[in-house]
Amino acid sequence: MTVRALRRRAVSALMTGLVAGLCLLAVLPLLFILGDLVAKGASSIDWHFFTRSPAPAGESGGGVANAIAGTGVIVGLAGLIGLPVGIGAGIFLAEYGAGRLGFFVRFVADVMNGTPSIVVGIFAWTFIVKPVGHFSALAGAVALAVLMVPMIARTSEEMVRLVPHSLREAALALGYPRWRTSLRVVVRSALSGIVTGSLVAIARVAGETAPLLFTALGNLNFTTDVSQPMQTLSLQIYVYATGPFDEWHRLAWAAALVLMGLVLVLALFARWVTRERYGAR
Amino acid sequence: MTSATTESVAPPAPASLRRRNRGDPLYRGVVTALALALPLLLLVLVAELAVNARPAMRRFGWGFLTSSTWDPVAEVYGAAPMIFGTLVSSLLALVIAVPLALGVAIFLTEFAPRWTRKPVAFLVELLAAVPSVVYGLWGIFVLIPFLRTYAVPPLKAALGWTPLFQGVFYGNSMLAGGIILAIMIVPYIAAVSREVILAVPASQREAALGLGATRWEAVWSAVLPYGRPGIIGAVMLGLGRALGETMAVTMVIGNRHDIGLSVLQPGYTMAAAIANEFSEATTDLYLSALFEVGLILFVITVAVNALARLLVWRVARGAAIGSKAL
Repeated sequence: MTVRALRRRAVSALMTGLVAGLCLLAVLPLLFILGDLVAKGASSIDWHFFTRSPAPAGESGGGVANAIAGTGVIVGLAGLIGLPVGIGAGIFLAEYGAGRLGFFVRFVADVMNGTPSIVVGIFAWTFIVKPVGHFSALAGAVALAVLMVPMIARTSEEMVRLVPHSLREAALALGYPRWRTSLRVVVRSALSGIVTGSLVAIARVAGETAPLLFTALGNLNFTTDVSQPMQTLSLQIYVYATGPFDEWHRLAWAAALVLMGLVLVLALFARWVTRERYGAR
Repeated sequence: MTSATTESVAPPAPASLRRRNRGDPLYRGVVTALALALPLLLLVLVAELAVNARPAMRRFGWGFLTSSTWDPVAEVYGAAPMIFGTLVSSLLALVIAVPLALGVAIFLTEFAPRWTRKPVAFLVELLAAVPSVVYGLWGIFVLIPFLRTYAVPPLKAALGWTPLFQGVFYGNSMLAGGIILAIMIVPYIAAVSREVILAVPASQREAALGLGATRWEAVWSAVLPYGRPGIIGAVMLGLGRALGETMAVTMVIGNRHDIGLSVLQPGYTMAAAIANEFSEATTDLYLSALFEVGLILFVITVAVNALARLLVWRVARGAAIGSKAL
């Protein structure tokens, strides 16, 4: 073997090692973050943490019951608004999206997916907070819904597209009109995929903070009234992490652990719904 | 078929068919309307930003982009430090994230043992699932102390003579912001470039290997050049993310209206300014200035994203590449 060939092999081996090392380095922060969340957050989680609202500033004790409930209400409401629009748009893209309009909507969805979430927050502020005159959970939910729609539209489209053509043809041949074919056969077959996409989108917005800063605002008390300001886990973490008290920092880590756990459960559940059926790449 | 039999047998069928078929245009109309909601939303969003930014635009003109004075008391606003900070922190993030993300993409598509590919890809995707505010929390209490104790002293010792690493390191800084952003955008760049590399025809790779190339040479000289537009697109998608990222950056960058070359100094970004000041903007002009900041941020990210999409589509036409991560 010539020196040249040896050198080429050595370079190949070296670069293989380098990309493997880079890959390891990229995953490392995740392991550190998860580790730190458990190490610093787990000890603060007890029964009171889930059942009580925050104690007055500087005092110890108290929990994040208000924030957990608020996250549930705001994200749930966002899903109610965002899911139908997103899934409908996704069906349009898959079923009627071959033309120019489809291309345009697809492009707009992709561009919207990259819109900074804080800008969407401004949008919801001008549309709801400003005319109504006060901050509200509803405004926060609208902001999150706007973030969800393009995500869900694109994943739903992809899932509906994966349904084999033979299925559609069989239904049409049996005399089903197009709309029933689409709804009862095609969309139904793609349902688990659509559910997965929706869960992923919900998990994403559940951790959003920026669009809620001047819409849902935050609230120290427990409330489920969507016309009032409402706390979420993400807002609570922001306030506590940037605040001056050690007690707050402790609660911020615990709240972050809960939020991360919530997001992880949603993401894993989404994977479980589809399992190996779709997208086995 | 004679007309007589058609008339005698068929009448019920066309009637019921016609009745059922009324559902078709209705269904199509409904999903089309829902789809049109997206461009409509985008249009309203832009219009709203532009209308509300008008007063500030009129008052300050192009000077808004170049002035560094941001004084709510005197009602003078210039966004240069934030624009500078947004660009610098994002570029810093790219410098760190691109090698990492490409390492992930290349390793997972070309070299990793098959059984490790899915789990590792999943772990990288999980980085995208970590909420921004959790990154911020981790940045404040773990990353910044780490930088202060272990990373900045050697950096200063080695590179302290350059303008990039001068000044005292207090913690909240461009450097901290850039690193947090880098960790956050790695999964996006990695996921999209991985799919781009997977979309490169196997014949490219096989031809290179057949000519006697080593595996690395095949990747470097046959696979990556073919996927280049898509990979550039992936990097730009990451850039778009970094430009608009708000919470984590706000929590670690220091939020100071300064333009400085040193990455050890605190800075500001457009998103951070909106996050910090929007709800306390007391005057109309103040609010309008923040709307203009939002508009600038929006225009920059949309331009970067649109360009990125076009580049990615060139490699894999129309495919929803990266939709799992994005």
